[in-house]
Amino acid sequence: MNDVNDDFLRFTGTEGYIASPALMEAVNASIALERPLLIKGEPGTGKTLLARHVAEGLGLPMEQWHIKSTTKAQAGLYVYDTVQRLNDARFGEGDVADIRTYIKHGPLGRVFATEDRHVLLIDEVDKADLEFPNDILRELDEMRFTVMETGDEVVAKQRPIVLITSNNEKELPDAFLRRCVFHFIEFPDPMLMRQIVDVHHPHLDTQLLDQVLLRFYWLREQSELRKKPSTSELIDWISVLLRSGISRDQIETQIPFLGSLLKNEQDTEALQLYSDRGGSYPESWSDLGPRYNN
Amino acid sequence: MFLDFFYELREEGVPVGMQEWMMLMEAMKKGLHGSNLRRFYNLSRSLLVKSETYFDAFDRVFLHVFEGVEGELQIEDEVLDWLKDPKNFQELTEEQKQMLEMLTGDELMQQFLERLAEQTERHDGGGKWVGTGGRSPFGHGGEHPTGIRVGGESRNRSAMKVAQERRFRDYRTDASLDIRQIQMALRRLRQLTRVGPATELDLESTIDETCKNAGEIEFVFEPEKRNNVRLLLLMDVGGTMDPYYEPVSRLLTALHEERGLREFKAYYFHNCPYELLGTTAALLRRDAVPTGDVLRKLDPRWKVMIVGDAAMHPAELMEEFGNIDPRRTAETSGMDWLHRINDHFERAVWLNPDPQDVWDQTHTTNIISKLFPMFHLSVDGIADAVRALIGAKTLGETVH
Repeated sequence: MNDVNDDFLRFTGTEGYIASPALMEAVNASIALERPLLIKGEPGTGKTLLARHVAEGLGLPMEQWHIKSTTKAQAGLYVYDTVQRLNDARFGEGDVADIRTYIKHGPLGRVFATEDRHVLLIDEVDKADLEFPNDILRELDEMRFTVMETGDEVVAKQRPIVLITSNNEKELPDAFLRRCVFHFIEFPDPMLMRQIVDVHHPHLDTQLLDQVLLRFYWLREQSELRKKPSTSELIDWISVLLRSGISRDQIETQIPFLGSLLKNEQDTEALQLYSDRGGSYPESWSDLGPRYNN
Repeated sequence: MFLDFFYELREEGVPVGMQEWMMLMEAMKKGLHGSNLRRFYNLSRSLLVKSETYFDAFDRVFLHVFEGVEGELQIEDEVLDWLKDPKNFQELTEEQKQMLEMLTGDELMQQFLERLAEQTERHDGGGKWVGTGGRSPFGHGGEHPTGIRVGGESRNRSAMKVAQERRFRDYRTDASLDIRQIQMALRRLRQLTRVGPATELDLESTIDETCKNAGEIEFVFEPEKRNNVRLLLLMDVGGTMDPYYEPVSRLLTALHEERGLREFKAYYFHNCPYELLGTTAALLRRDAVPTGDVLRKLDPRWKVMIVGDAAMHPAELMEEFGNIDPRRTAETSGMDWLHRINDHFERAVWLNPDPQDVWDQTHTTNIISKLFPMFHLSVDGIADAVRALIGAKTLGETVH
């Protein structure tokens, strides 16, 4: 690269992941500024996938910390395995005198302690308790923590690249947000979607793809739907269509294998009703409103 | 110009602070905006705005501040002036001041200014203050090195055009600021009990049992602690409640997001609950369920939160057939239904969006506040209401 100011790694997308320019810039800003990157977006827009591809694109190993409603910040740093120690004391196994044997690093602890620079994905941070993001702030800022039981300090040897995803289930604290670089993954427009589909189903008949996308975006426009189909459902749907060898004409008159697009029973029924009453499907993109026609 | 951006964002209600602004300065110092308005748009948005709900406001401000800018803009002077003015530093923390010093450090600052100076000279295409052609004096060599797959957003589409599209209109809520506060207030809605399979090590008992066992280790496990609170929400909709749509929907959002509750049910009514409750806010007859069934099905330990202004014609509350909705016959008066609700459940509270000082002025509000402990629909009021639902039983119990 011909960049004089290239003292940091740059992410430019990978073969398997289509990133918008805005997303790439957010990733690079986060790397250059050494701030965590917070990624939000509709389910199925590839938030979790991004981390894997950032790691791949930069040639770095990845560590994933999947957050659940019961996850405690402490567990990300280390756990003191008292049960094991008690057990070892009982049976005279292991070095019971050395507490360090029983300090097990969590994902955050591991990427701090390792020699290699890692990409750390903190997945679905909004699943945890409201206070959780604040509890890991200090560690993410200073890249160090102390093991209470031993007094040892763990300092990051290489500053990890931190990606955090959120599904918006809970509001995140301001102090946490202030420190993050933020990116919102928009739902892909048809043009970007074509490229995404191409990654998964290369050499798909373009006219077929056009029909498929037309149906897909039309469905997403139906405000009555309880759950809009997402990218992953589109990819699945195309797989099913291809495998069943359905023809383009059939897609023009109906939406076959609706079950792979709509996961909610009421949605399926509603669409069935629409179709039974002779409701029409769009014939061209101009039926879909101005958003798709510029 | 450059600073207007910051202040206009704040005026539009985008919560941009010093910390975010410094982050942008640092990023520009590193050349991350690449002398390209489109990249500057992306960069500043990802550093200054932390929620998609403010993207629309950001777009509007960006358009306003950077629209029609001619190449004469002396941004480096503005940045320098800003840096020289001590009153700009009052808000800064020590860390931020250090960062500024780093920024103003001779060599780096010089570099920074040179970069800015070059940009204003190279306003190629469109007369914008930073080039849109992607030619950076620092040689980023186009937005993306060759061979990189660029997504559907055309790389030549200008930042202005992107901002003009205002694609983020739908994400505005103007409510998101307070939901977290409400969630914090709702956090006390917890009664932890141990239920389910024994999976957690009970250290105390393990030690006790091991001692009794003469040192032979005896593990004792106990079930995990879980929240045992079930919440029933009854909500007044329509009419005099319409002006309170915003705060009420914030409460509803917060409650729906509250994953800690063991169970949560919401029903709707208009003015006063009678023999039917709506399962949706539209109060359609076909979606209604008998109030008696709801009471029968729910255990008295369910916590009840009623949201409404409690203001109606006295007949609607006190008299038989009082329901204002002519499609319905309410043989039982609203007051009787309220009594039944209050008698059935151990704890019930009323949240009133009307300001507290007007409660006295409405006859029906007065009556209802004697039956249910009434709290104002505010963050503090919700916190108090939750305390009344969870804490030792005092209020509401004695009055009938």
